[in-house]
Amino acid sequence: MTATIELSAHRLDAGARRLRDEVRAFLDDERAAGAFVPRCDAWMTVPDPAFSRRLAARGWLGMTLPRRYGGHERSPLDRFVANEELLAAGAPVAAHWIADRQMAPSILRHGTEEQRRRYLPAIARGECYFAIGMSEADAGSDLASVRTRARKVAGGWEITGAKLWTTGAHFAHAMVVLARTDGASTDRQTGLSQFIVDLPAPGVEIRPIRAVDGEHHFNEVVFDAAFVPADSMLGERGAGWSQVTAELAHERSGPERWMSTVPLLRAWAERQGGDPVAARELGRLTARAWTLRQLSLSVAATLARGRSPEVAAALVKDLGSRFEVDVVETVRRLAGIEPRGGGPGLEGLLADAVLHAPAFTLRGGASEILRSVVARGLGVR
Amino acid sequence: MNDELSEDVRAAVGAILDGRDAHPGDFDRPLWTDLAETGFHLLGVPEEVGGSGGRLRDLAVVADLTAFHASRVPVAEAAFLAGWLLGRAGLAVPEGLVVASLDEARRTTGLRLSGCLRTPWARHADHVVTIARSGGERVVAVVPTGGGVERARNLAGEPRDTLVLDHVAAIAAAPADVDAERLRERGALARSVQLAGAARAVLESAGRHITERVQFGRPLARFQAVQQQLAALAAEATAMRLSADAAVLAVEADAADAGIAVAAAKAGCSAAAHTVAAIGHQLHGALGYSQEHRLGAATTRLWAWREEFGGEAHWQDRLAAAVSASGPWWPLLTGGAR
Repeated sequence: MTATIELSAHRLDAGARRLRDEVRAFLDDERAAGAFVPRCDAWMTVPDPAFSRRLAARGWLGMTLPRRYGGHERSPLDRFVANEELLAAGAPVAAHWIADRQMAPSILRHGTEEQRRRYLPAIARGECYFAIGMSEADAGSDLASVRTRARKVAGGWEITGAKLWTTGAHFAHAMVVLARTDGASTDRQTGLSQFIVDLPAPGVEIRPIRAVDGEHHFNEVVFDAAFVPADSMLGERGAGWSQVTAELAHERSGPERWMSTVPLLRAWAERQGGDPVAARELGRLTARAWTLRQLSLSVAATLARGRSPEVAAALVKDLGSRFEVDVVETVRRLAGIEPRGGGPGLEGLLADAVLHAPAFTLRGGASEILRSVVARGLGVR
Repeated sequence: MNDELSEDVRAAVGAILDGRDAHPGDFDRPLWTDLAETGFHLLGVPEEVGGSGGRLRDLAVVADLTAFHASRVPVAEAAFLAGWLLGRAGLAVPEGLVVASLDEARRTTGLRLSGCLRTPWARHADHVVTIARSGGERVVAVVPTGGGVERARNLAGEPRDTLVLDHVAAIAAAPADVDAERLRERGALARSVQLAGAARAVLESAGRHITERVQFGRPLARFQAVQQQLAALAAEATAMRLSADAAVLAVEADAADAGIAVAAAKAGCSAAAHTVAAIGHQLHGALGYSQEHRLGAATTRLWAWREEFGGEAHWQDRLAAAVSASGPWWPLLTGGAR
């Protein structure tokens, strides 16, 4: 039993401060020009391709990618700073978020030279968006039980199956699909592979799934013997599980895992009316937010050192997503307003936050799964 | 914050503490002597005044480890507080055990001091460092102990005494830009580090217990409900440690966000102490509730330290006041004004 999760406090340097000021100035201009209205959970649910391209023009997409692939060779901590500013502002970053967060590093690491040249510069320009095809109807938390199969055919593969809860597939240019290439479903983690499927494609049907708020962010993506060429396999045949697991460290570790409702908290903080109960609760949430930011920063610093802090990322996501819900319930309890979908100000922010809250502790790994990961990381199980 | 030097300190202090039996009294003087021999009792205190030098983060390692081991030594009171006051005032560290009083004394004629001053560990101290005020002017003063100590204990049995001064002559004094509020901040930082150390002790003990304890024919660790609780405990303990470490680095750098960092760390660590202690006891079952078990040494410290130098409500209010004073919330969280 090891009593500690490996994580160590990190302080950002002066370069980070300069970048932060640049991003803030850009966001101030955008807001002033009416280019966006702050929204909760905007990284997941508010795509705006034009906004993504403007960020790309500033060099804030593909920040850590090598220059030869259109990137900017900045540190992962610079990327952390730019992203936390975008999240705190509730900016519409959903179009590029998944591509920039996990597909760019995954393609850089596992992709062929041709795949890198094809996708990475386009991601860095804000012109190529990705969806992630992991979950299925019968494979949610238990991802290893995926049933989607890829069958070897002349010149490539035929994919058959259905992915569920696929965020953004309706506007994505490509989707990464986890499918069984070898063995039977009882083989679990072995025999799985990843494919990059350009969208739209023949034999691939994208059906909208409306969330509890009536909005369309998710999809069911049905593959009916859809042909993909041999060179669309990402990484090694049969290595899909380990590749997906490495991706999860990126998927779970970012500041978006605690900041989805920060736009609401921020707006509430800035209109305190002298109620001492509300002030104390604001202090409580501020202390928690400060700590979560330090945790998130230290995970980013660990990633920047080339490590894959899977256990720490799971732990921080568990705490972070519970905080996101805590913010919603605290503001709701004390603000004395009624949520109004599509409405301005606090009412509108609260409406989105209340309706999206159930997803916070499910997506990217349900809290119970994350705690199992933590327990295993502590040597217990 | 895990640089090589800190790791060296961790290893050396660990070697002193590991395998040591719990001291029966309320002050483990042999341990204090061992720490003093290598200078670990006054790390982070400038060498010019007789401290051991080194960085605040190194002192934090000593505070963390002695808290983890529930050692009965006044690391926080001697180094974080008394040593810091002496360093600020440029006063030499006096002989023997030196601790600080948490309240400001009244300075009467000359350098004579009066007041009832909360002074943890005073009964064992040879000298006490205190802030003394006369009108708006403050000095740091050193007074000998002896005579007027009213004894009390916190929930963990640690000495939490009151030093009664009635026109006692200071043996040294010098002006310094400090007051009781800044001293309290310093104490809150120390307690945050210690709370995190005690939380780690609970986590380690719980992890060991559930892998060893067999019920229903299998170790408790095989039960998912138990695993989930341990993970929740680990999450809070890790958050405590990260916030305390980050606050130490902010204070060490004398950064603009140091005040926010300390307030957030103490508010967070005090608030999390209950969760950690409650889950810790739940996982240990009745066995952990006996005084013989080492769990209680950690949990009683959590219960005592969370209130000392301000509980979470105090620091939450401070944070809220900082928000309303500085305007925008997010810039405050990210390190000060733009």
